[in-house]
Amino acid sequence: MQIAGSKQDFAPWTDPGARPLLRIEALTKRFASTVVVDQLSLDIYDGEFFALLGPSGCGKTTLLRLIAGFERPSSGRILLEGVDLASVPPHRRPVNMMFQSYALFPHLNVEANIAFGLKQEGLANREIARRVADMLALVKLEGFGGRKPHELSGGQRQRVALARSLVKRPRVLLLDEPLAALDKKLRSETQFELMELQRRVGFTFVIVTHDQSEAMTVADRIAVMDRGRLMQVATPAEIYDRPDSRWVADFIGDVNLFEGRLGDDGLSVEGTAAGRLRVAVKPEAPSGAMVWVAVRPERVRMTREPALPGLDNSVAATAIDVAYLGDLSVYKLRIRDGSLVKVTLANTGGRLERAISLGDDVWLSWSPDAAIVLTR
Amino acid sequence: MRRLLNDTFLRKAVVRVPYAWLLAFFLLPFLIVLKISLSQTAVARPPYVPVFDLAAGWHGLAAFVSGLSLDNYVLLGSDPLYVLSYLKSVEIAAFSTLILLLVGYPIAYAIARMPRRAQAVLILLVVLPFWTSLLIRIYAWMNILQRDGLLNELLAAFAIVKEPPAWLSTDTAIYIGIVYSYLPFMVLPLYATLEKLDETLLEAAADLGCPRWKIFWLVTLPLSSSGMLAGVLLCFIPIVGEFVIPDLLGGSQSPMIGQTIWIEFFGNRDWPAASAVAVVLVCLLVSPIVIYQNQATRVVERE
Repeated sequence: MQIAGSKQDFAPWTDPGARPLLRIEALTKRFASTVVVDQLSLDIYDGEFFALLGPSGCGKTTLLRLIAGFERPSSGRILLEGVDLASVPPHRRPVNMMFQSYALFPHLNVEANIAFGLKQEGLANREIARRVADMLALVKLEGFGGRKPHELSGGQRQRVALARSLVKRPRVLLLDEPLAALDKKLRSETQFELMELQRRVGFTFVIVTHDQSEAMTVADRIAVMDRGRLMQVATPAEIYDRPDSRWVADFIGDVNLFEGRLGDDGLSVEGTAAGRLRVAVKPEAPSGAMVWVAVRPERVRMTREPALPGLDNSVAATAIDVAYLGDLSVYKLRIRDGSLVKVTLANTGGRLERAISLGDDVWLSWSPDAAIVLTR
Repeated sequence: MRRLLNDTFLRKAVVRVPYAWLLAFFLLPFLIVLKISLSQTAVARPPYVPVFDLAAGWHGLAAFVSGLSLDNYVLLGSDPLYVLSYLKSVEIAAFSTLILLLVGYPIAYAIARMPRRAQAVLILLVVLPFWTSLLIRIYAWMNILQRDGLLNELLAAFAIVKEPPAWLSTDTAIYIGIVYSYLPFMVLPLYATLEKLDETLLEAAADLGCPRWKIFWLVTLPLSSSGMLAGVLLCFIPIVGEFVIPDLLGGSQSPMIGQTIWIEFFGNRDWPAASAVAVVLVCLLVSPIVIYQNQATRVVERE
């Protein structure tokens, strides 16, 4: 196994000359009358850890199955290294899939499960044994080769499934909710292991998940999907800090939205529930257009006194609900027009002032660069 | 404390009911047959000696035991009629089980791949013949297979044969009758395993580079082995002792073991010899029955 370097400057999608490893062109999949994947186009680059994120039923698993070849596209193309995969049956595609249910063969032991794919390639027995041993070491399952799948724990089964799909050195490894069956603690540990593993082997991974923190943890880029379409494709930080639609802003993390009209200078939004709001970046919309100001709950400051009275981005509110979650506290507050604002506060320890509690009147404020203007 | 005592008593009693049942209705009759097989035939009622008489006390018991002998088993070994009869039964059972497997597997496989609703209907059709008595169905086959029966008429209509062949009283007729009658016993356990087969395993095999025909050999077939074994034993065991089908459709030249027992009992009125034949048959079938039981428990444990 080569050890790939750090992924510090890994961003081939910003290079206009880079050729994608996997190119999806206007792909559509219909089941009877329902459109599951809708005119979807996407480029995935060599060595990338790419996440398809969306609510259940958004078509992300179908997209994965289209790439693997288990479903045939209704229209559109899938190109791997420039070659159209339409006429390539699943067993000839240089991609491998790790199934959500793991799909380990119950009649074969761990070794035979991992060796299954290599045997189909007709490799020499010694070569197969060597690569299986390498894989067992990679997923830390040395000594478990003789066990049957039902004699393993859920976490061990998951690693056998991973080893089985990696051993053929696929050009693209497809992972369908690979961690969904693990309990919460094991899942977050495994997320880091998976990320580290991908860096070591250097293969291209495409993961399907409905868990946004999982996608944010492991992926270089995330494609957020809804109803068969891509809503936004960007790095985790961009998706969170610069969502380009209300839907994405709301799906990734929590957000407070204020509807209003863009002012003449392009840097203010008039007539929202919180009054006139100032923003730092000019949105691409004509003045007077209907826009939404999005503010993340952790970017809102809560004070007992108005910081500077009469300033923009400041609104009076009443705390109506407080939830203490240990590391942070979540506040729900009502502002004067009756709408709710969510604020999270990190519980960093030293409490200088009396904690804000139910029924308290406070002031909410945020700096213009904490606000994102959304035009759709 | 009292309650606990009652509970354990009750629990033990419940566990023992099936044992009591087997003791009364299987072990005891078998012991009686075993006892008769060690007796000698006689012109009497019942037609064998010695007869066990409780009233004679210890003396009677001693006389009874000294009257028993293995003569009938010696006869079984020395007369080729019996050996040939056993061989014939095992041969017919083995070949017809093989045919059943070859015919039943594709049927079960096809049904298991159908949409849910269709599966229920098709399985109903498989078991539908059970709604009519086996005897009536075999008589129907006699009708079909007779010289101017439906089968020969069809063959003549399509000009496949010039001279209508005789089907009845041949081994072919026995095979036709047995394969027809036992098909549900092969299809049902096979369907039960194939229907549970996880489709993603087939996808996983394809994903790992396995072409379709090979997936069948490497995944589908091994994973349906428990169903195949169950079907094979469910057919093989009763076919060895089959009586009605060979008696009505087969010839008289080489009887199957069921017919031999019948001839000894009712034709020759030789109860001891018939009993000995039956005891040997049970011993022959014990090993496949034990294999089947082990397999069934293993499957239950895995689930």
